[in-house]
Order: sequence, then C-alpha cells, then structure tokens
Amino acid sequence: MEKFVDIAYLIAAVSFIYGLKMLSHPKTARNGNMIASLGMLIAIVATVFLGTNLDLTMIVSAMVIGSIIGAFFAVRVEMTQMPQLVAIFNGFGGGASALVASAEFLQGADTVFAITAITLSVLIGTLTFTGSFIAFGKLQGIVTTKPVTFPGQQLLNALLAIIMFACAYMILQNSADGMILFYIILGLSALLGILLVIPIGGADMPVVISLLNSYSGIAAAMTGFVLVSTGENSAGNALIICGSLVGASGMILTQIMCKGMNRSLANVIFGAVGGDDSGSTGGEGQQLNIKSYSTEEAAMIFDAAEKIIVVPGYGLAVAQAQHAVREVAEFLEGKGKNVLYAIHPVAGRMPGHMNVLLAEANISYDQLKDLDEINPEFEDCDVALVLGANDVVNPAARTETGSPIYGMPILNVDKARTVMVNKRSMNAGFAGIQNELFGYDNTIMIFGDAKDMLTQLLSDLKEL
Amino acid sequence: MDIGVITIFVLAIFVGFEIITKVPPTLHTPLMSGSNAISGIAIIGAILATVVDGDIGMWLGFAAVLFAMVNVVGGFLVTDRMLKMFKRK
Repeated sequence: MEKFVDIAYLIAAVSFIYGLKMLSHPKTARNGNMIASLGMLIAIVATVFLGTNLDLTMIVSAMVIGSIIGAFFAVRVEMTQMPQLVAIFNGFGGGASALVASAEFLQGADTVFAITAITLSVLIGTLTFTGSFIAFGKLQGIVTTKPVTFPGQQLLNALLAIIMFACAYMILQNSADGMILFYIILGLSALLGILLVIPIGGADMPVVISLLNSYSGIAAAMTGFVLVSTGENSAGNALIICGSLVGASGMILTQIMCKGMNRSLANVIFGAVGGDDSGSTGGEGQQLNIKSYSTEEAAMIFDAAEKIIVVPGYGLAVAQAQHAVREVAEFLEGKGKNVLYAIHPVAGRMPGHMNVLLAEANISYDQLKDLDEINPEFEDCDVALVLGANDVVNPAARTETGSPIYGMPILNVDKARTVMVNKRSMNAGFAGIQNELFGYDNTIMIFGDAKDMLTQLLSDLKEL
Repeated sequence: MDIGVITIFVLAIFVGFEIITKVPPTLHTPLMSGSNAISGIAIIGAILATVVDGDIGMWLGFAAVLFAMVNVVGGFLVTDRMLKMFKRK
C-alpha cells in the first residue's frame, strides 16, 4: 500500500510541474490549472484512503469547512481585490505549514535535523501568516499604507532572530522546558512577520506579496524536511518538491517587481520609501506649460490617428473604466485603426494585475504588450493615451539622477506623435514627484474621471 | 541526515526557475494564485499530523488541514476564474 501513496505523490508532483509549464501560454493555461488541481486531488485522496489510524470524520469536516471558506472567497472576490486575496491565501499556506511542524514537535522530535527543520518551518510559516495579514490590511486600507518605522527596527529584528535560534539550540541541549522555548519561537516568529511588513509602504506591496508568496512555498519545503525527519519520506519529498517550485516562482516575481521599480530587494524591505499617497510632497520644479483639451478636440486627433497605444495605470481600475476603454478601442478598431495596450510591470497592485483587470473587460490578451515589447512601438505611434498612470511614464526616470524614480524602466510614451494624458487633477503620483511629461509640446491633458472622460470621448467620436 | 532530500530540494528549485521564467507577464497573477494553491500541498502533511498523540496535536492537525484546504480550493478556483477571462478575438 505504501507504494501506491508514493506513486500518487509522484503523479501529483509531475502534474504540478506540467500544469505550471502550461501556464506559459494563455491558450493552454486553463487546462494547466486543471491538471495541477487534479494532481492535488490525487495526492489528497491517496493520503486519506491509504493512511492508517486516521480520524476520517475530523479530517473530512476540516476539509469541508476549509473548502467552503476558500470557495466563498474565490467566487466572491473582485478582480481589483485580487492582491488582498492572494495575500490572505499566502497567509493560510504559511500557517498550515507552521501548524504541521508544531504538531510534529509535540510528537517529540529530538534530532538536530528535526529541530532545525521544525524551527525554520515554524519561523517562516508563522511570519508568512502574520506578515500576510498585515499586507492584507495595508492593501485593504485597514492598516496604514504609510511605512511605520522606529529607531533600532533592524536591530530588533536581528535580535528576535538570534533569540529564536538560541531557543532552538536550548531545546536540543534539553537545558530548559522545551514547550516554553517552542512557544517563544512561535510568538517571536509571529511578531517578526508583523515587524517585517509594517515598515513597507503601500506602493511597494507588489514586492511584498510576491515575497510572501515565495515564503509560503519555502515554508512548505521546510515542513517537507520535518516530515522526512520523522520518517514520512514520500510525503516529505512531495512537500519539498512543491514548496521549492512555489518558492522559486515567488522569488522570480519578486525580482521582476523590484526591477520594474529599479529597487533592490534590500531597499524595499529596509528602505521604507513610498506609500505617501497624499501627493503633497511634489517638488516645486519649473512651471509646466499645460494644454488642457476637451474630449471633442481629442476625438478629432483620434480620427486622424492610425496607431494608438493605451497606457493603463491603476487609476483606471480605481475609476472602474476598463469597460469604457474597451468600448472606445473597439470603436476605433472598427474604423480600421490599430490599438495596443502597454502594460508596465508595476501597473497594478501585484504582478500581472493590470492584465487580469483588462482581460476581465474582454480585451484580447494578444493586444496586451509588456514593457520590452511595446517600447519600440511608440516611435511610429500616433496617439499614446495615458489613463491613470503617472510615474511609469515619467521621463525624469531616464535623465534626472536626483529623482527618486531615476533608473526605473518607463514606457516611452513621449516618443509618440501625440501624448494624451487623462488625470483627475494635477496631483503628483505615488512617488510624490511632478511629471515634466505633462508640459511637453506633444502632450495634451484631458482632466476628469477616466470613466466619464471615455464615455464622453466615445460619443464625440461617434458624432464625427 | 540523508543527502537525498537535499538533492531533491536543490533540483526542484532549478526546475522551478526553469519553468516559471517561461510564464509571460500577462499570466503572472494567475501564476501567483495557482502556485499558491500548489503550496497547499502542506495538506498531506496536515492529514498525517492529525494522528499525533494528544488533544493539542490533534487540533493543530485539524487547523492545518482547514488552512491548507482554504489555500487549495480557493487558489485553484480563483485561478480558473481568472484564466477563463483570458480570451483572444
């Protein structure tokens, strides 16, 4: 019977790898997800039915409750709230790993290998759990999006980590009550998770969620080591393999997000920049010569254009204007114009968020272009329509060495014949800096709510 | 300690990096929620943990199964919901 469980775990691991591989194209992605979920089902069924001494009533009731909670959130969540949902799920994943490790500790683990694995698993799992809830709070606006810092913060974090490893060492030496030491490790890990996320500003949340995603995978892998140390070899291996996949995935996304903001990971975690969305700190700078246009005038420019690139920012999603964009784009396409969308890596609140928001509005995925793909396209583009984006199109990132966003890769909208910028007001962006693009000769501003503006633009286009 | 598990760990990380770098930016959100569901594999450890002696151990196992199941079911469902929307005209 043991062999069957081993084979089931092998099938599960292969289906996860294959499922993730199928995520390399939108056409195959959905089936890939199905295959991965089937693999999970096989692993769970094999564990439950081939296990010995299991209390099935308890396991099944926990599964039913968990499924209902998970399904409820998965079905109800709005696409704009996806970062919050992923944050919460990361937390549950980390929490589950820490709980498994805790249960194994109570079982009486005593080898160096087991205690090390348990300590790491509890540490990473628990800090993922509490950190994720703080991240959720920040995204939801329950916890302040401003960085919370105090003197000696880094020192305190380092001290907590040292105390935890000292406790683990003392457990091995049997020099004090193991349970108390274990509770200290658990409590400090929870505290560390909070302390690591509160100093990070709202604008850096995409990095934090990616990082916590990675941690939830690493926690699962560590729990795999715990299981191996207690003799559950095949289950342990399965956790190690799957946890590593997720850990690697989160790491890659973290790197991509950091690169999108031209920040190092250390700078995001310890730098405490950004998140001040009051917009009042904008530099004085030179007086910008702004040309404000009406939608009627804009419609005439569109009428003469052939190639149009839409640059959506999070402001667009906040205004719930994705459908309005699609309607305008469809009308223009109907007139034989070429419409593309330029998606900056940090356009949304998590990696790939903007793509999901546009896909939800029925915008074809092959029109969505990433930074490297779209930048050469601006050269022969007639109109770049910037909707609710600011820092990601700020030319200061290219030239002004003193600017906080210097070096950040930007969308080269200024290369387009005409740049149309829609904003609610002249407030500065997330980074709190003025955008000289708005004063360029080829830039025109259309003020107002994105949705209202696009609706008006569409009716003006139809009247031409 | 068995070097075999370390081998598996290191090789799995390499496999992870290889396949994940091929996922296009368009699908990064579903990748995240989908991989999240996969990290719910901790559920098999959780099921095994329910046989631990004593009340506390059992309840830890119960909570672990519940947490992991939220992750698994919620993660795969929401990923499917998103991927369903990715269409081409």
